[in-house]
Formats: sequence, C-alpha cells, structure tokens
Amino acid sequence: MTYLILFLEFFKMGALTFGGGYAMIPFVEETVISHHWMTMPQLVDFIAVSESTPGAFAVNISTYVGSEVGGLFGSFCATLGLVLPPFIVILIIARCYEKFKESIIVKGAMLGLKSTVVGLIGATVISVGVSVLFQNGQDQWSIIRSSVSSANFWFSIGVFAAMLFLLLYKKLNPILIIVISAALGIIAGYTGLISV
Amino acid sequence: MKNRFKLYLQLFLTFMKIGAFTFGGGYAMIPIIENETSKKKDWISGDDLIEVIAISESTPGPISICAATFIGYKVAGIFGAFCSTLGVVLPSFVIIYLISLFLREFEEIKAIKYAFFGIRAGVLALLVKAVITMFKKAPKNIVAYIVMALSFAAVVIFSVNVIVVIVSAAVIGICAALIARKAGKNIV
Repeated sequence: MTYLILFLEFFKMGALTFGGGYAMIPFVEETVISHHWMTMPQLVDFIAVSESTPGAFAVNISTYVGSEVGGLFGSFCATLGLVLPPFIVILIIARCYEKFKESIIVKGAMLGLKSTVVGLIGATVISVGVSVLFQNGQDQWSIIRSSVSSANFWFSIGVFAAMLFLLLYKKLNPILIIVISAALGIIAGYTGLISV
Repeated sequence: MKNRFKLYLQLFLTFMKIGAFTFGGGYAMIPIIENETSKKKDWISGDDLIEVIAISESTPGPISICAATFIGYKVAGIFGAFCSTLGVVLPSFVIIYLISLFLREFEEIKAIKYAFFGIRAGVLALLVKAVITMFKKAPKNIVAYIVMALSFAAVVIFSVNVIVVIVSAAVIGICAALIARKAGKNIV
C-alpha cells in the first residue's frame, strides 16, 4: 500500500509540474508534509543536499522520500511514478510537436502555468521563511516575540540577506552559497552565538 | 542489429554522464546536453535542441527527463528513449539512495547541526532568487499578474491544494488566450 501511495503521489507530481527544479517545490512541500513523510526543516535541508549533488531536483527528492518511507523499493516506486508522465507525454508529442507548439491551447495553458509558478514559489518562500526564522515552526505571537529577541533569529536574517546579495549581485553559484552558509553556521555554533 | 545495440548503449552512457555531472538540475544541464548530444554526437542540431528545451518547458516533468526522452526517441525509437531516460535518472537515484541511508544520523552530529542551521537561511535566499527568476520568465500582462497574485493568496491565506491551483491557472490561461484571440489581441 505504501508503495502504491508513493507511486501515485509522485506520478501526480510528475504529471502536473512544469519546468522542473524549483517549480516543483510547492508541490513537494504539500505532499511530503501532509503525509508526514518529512518535516519542514528536513525538506529545507534536503533542498541543500539536492543542490550539492548531481541530477534533477525532482529525481533526487523522489528517491530520497521513497527511501525514507519504503526503502530501496520505495525509492524505485516513487522515482518510476515521477518519470512516467513526462516519458509518456514526450513520446506522444515527439511525433507531432510542430502542431503542439503552435496550439493556442498549449500557449494559453503556459501563460497560466508560468504565472502560477511565481505565486506558488512565493507561497513556499513564506512557509519556508516561517520555518527557518521561527525555528519552533509555530506562528503564535509569543513565539514570534521570543524569536525576534533571540540571536538565532538575527543570525538567520543576516545569513539570508548576505546570501541573497551574493546571489543577485555577485551571481554566486548555489553550491558556493550552501558552503558559505554552512561555514557561517559552524562558526556561529562553536562561538556560542547561536544555540541549536 | 549490432549497430542498434551500440546506439542504445551510447544513448544510455551519454545521458548517464549528463545525469552524473550536472549539479542543481534544470537549466544548468542545457549546455552539457548541448555539448554531449549536438556537438560531440550529432544526434540533434542546435536549433532542434532549442525546440526540445521549449517543448520540455511546456510539458510536465523535469527538463532533463523530457530532453532525454525526446532525443532518445528521435535517435533510436521508444527503446532509445527508455535507455536515455534510464541513463539520466540512474546517477541521481544511486547517489541519493546512498545518502538517504545515513543522512538522518549525519544530521545528529553537532557540527552538521550548526552547518544546517546556516544552510537553511541560505536555502531561503535560493528560493527568493527562484521567485525572481520565474517572474522574469513569466509573461508580463494583466492576466499573468492576476494569476500570480491569486495563486499566492490561494495557498498562503486559504491553504488551497496545489493541484487545484495549477489546474485552475492552466484553465484561466487557456480561456484568456481564447478570449484575447477572439478580440484580436495576442497575450501569449
């Protein structure tokens, strides 16, 4: 049963996310959190692992979640589910892609899909942001107030701002961003600036 | 027959190389796909490859899988598509499966806990960058802006299911495109 659920959940993801990569994260977030397959911090950690290992994010996350939930065969089912929809769709389209490309239906759908992805990832920024900055993961005011007065909160804000600057203005590679923020975390941890 | 087998093997190995040496996936893969399949192998012309990328964007699933399936099919039919897709997926699968065996324990080490505390803030920056990149690639018209705002609000405020949001966005886009065409305007 677990295997079937893994297969079907990732089949849905494979069938309904366009463009791959980060466009996939809102969907992954909803699926793995609602099934209690991963917590939010685990998912955020895994995004970093995925950036630092080769291959598509989607395949990495399906393999990882599959393994956590159902071992090697779980990995296989989840990844098979993910790969099957694009494989089938491309086989169909490869025969008639001229028509496909020019179709007003396809163009219209892309207008909607390219736009919704912006909103969806924006929503993910909010949920990941809450989880990262308020590491208790609850949004009650008392926790926000105690978080804002903690060094952990300001450390995360500082790292976030610095990394965003490096990404946008220095065009730094994502792997370097992860290495630098890891180093900052280790320094802050051992100097007692943050408590984890 | 022997040549056929050799072609399958070549597809498998070339795409395995692409799967094994591209970090971050997606667009980072395109130059390597180009180099391996167009420049070194002559399986696909540069112009056709741009077409393949465009099609991959408008079909579901990761770009690398769409490109592997498409090129494999063009070069050697359905079994060719199977070989190249298997090749591109296999390195990720093996590496991540091995990592999954010890990641949880690994995260319990003190230094690693500190490292991940910093990394989470870094990942938040990567996500903000992704929003900006996606916004730049998205169409710039009133329909697009409305869909963006509605999608954001639907998830953040009303906790609407992501599938419902994606399907609705596609339907809105199609309706808008058809209405605009009737009115003699082009918004796509």
